[in-house]
Amino acid sequence: MNTCKVVSPLVASAELPKSPEGDPVFAEPWQANAFAMTVRLHEKGVFSWPEWAEALSAELYKPGRKADASDYYDCWVAALSRLVTELSIASCRELEHLTRSWQRAAEATPHGQPIVLANDPERP
Amino acid sequence: MSEHHHGHGHHHHHHDNHFTDMEARVKALETVLTEKGLIDPAAIDAIVETYEMKIGPRNGARVVAKAWVDADFAEWLKRDATAAIASLGFTGRQGEHMRAVFNTADTHNLVVCTLCSCYPWSVLGLPPVWYKAPPYRSRAVIDPRGVLSEFGVTLPEATRIRVWDSTAELRYLVVPERPAGTEGFSEEELAGLVTRDSMIGTGLALSAEAVR
Repeated sequence: MNTCKVVSPLVASAELPKSPEGDPVFAEPWQANAFAMTVRLHEKGVFSWPEWAEALSAELYKPGRKADASDYYDCWVAALSRLVTELSIASCRELEHLTRSWQRAAEATPHGQPIVLANDPERP
Repeated sequence: MSEHHHGHGHHHHHHDNHFTDMEARVKALETVLTEKGLIDPAAIDAIVETYEMKIGPRNGARVVAKAWVDADFAEWLKRDATAAIASLGFTGRQGEHMRAVFNTADTHNLVVCTLCSCYPWSVLGLPPVWYKAPPYRSRAVIDPRGVLSEFGVTLPEATRIRVWDSTAELRYLVVPERPAGTEGFSEEELAGLVTRDSMIGTGLALSAEAVR
């Protein structure tokens, strides 16, 4: 992985949470995953960074945001979901179904075993 | 030579695993994007890895440095790590409990999650890729000394190695030994000697020369 390639899109994203040293900050792994998927999709040319910035900004400026910006990555995921549906990579319904399916899979998986989608009891 | 401690057994939850809406939604996106061949786990891991060093370990380093200079804090950390760590503003988001295990001249502590990859994110950030990988998870318990040597850590034969198994409810932070020759170091300088690996137990704190 070329670090420069990864860093460059960040410059365009003024609102990315940063540590005092200016490094990006994640509170939980899902945030890092959402972030990394977005960076990867951009690298692959699925969308341009301005397109991404616009989608993210639309979510960030919706009313009802938390004052401490702790929902920043919630917005990030909402924006990514929207782009994925707008680009017809997946439908809203498909994403919704998969989300519930993953939740059922997690509930059905005892601690200690990897959570896999196949563990969803309602999955055919 | 090694003891294997399980934090399991105190709580009997009907369901041990739970995905928040966000976790599940991100998994859903990951599933779709992987199926369409737009992302692959290796590329995602590589991107995350690029960033993981920038995140949490400094929080843990501050906890350790404070324990080194402040005996009362160290005592508190030993007794109730969750509260002592929270007093510095680092709290877990899933309500997990923390336990600090202190290295001494004759005991070295090593943390693993044999079952999945439970990890104290709030103090250490994202787990390194090897921590989540099956070889580390299985071998840390069977052959901790061998694992340590692969991380470049060779301990005297007489040193006892204790292996602590993290769970969703209880996560461990290793407090490495304070390096020699660091008398008069500021807390901040000391924190600079505390690496992520030294707080997992796969490393030791850096030597005094590293910052001065």
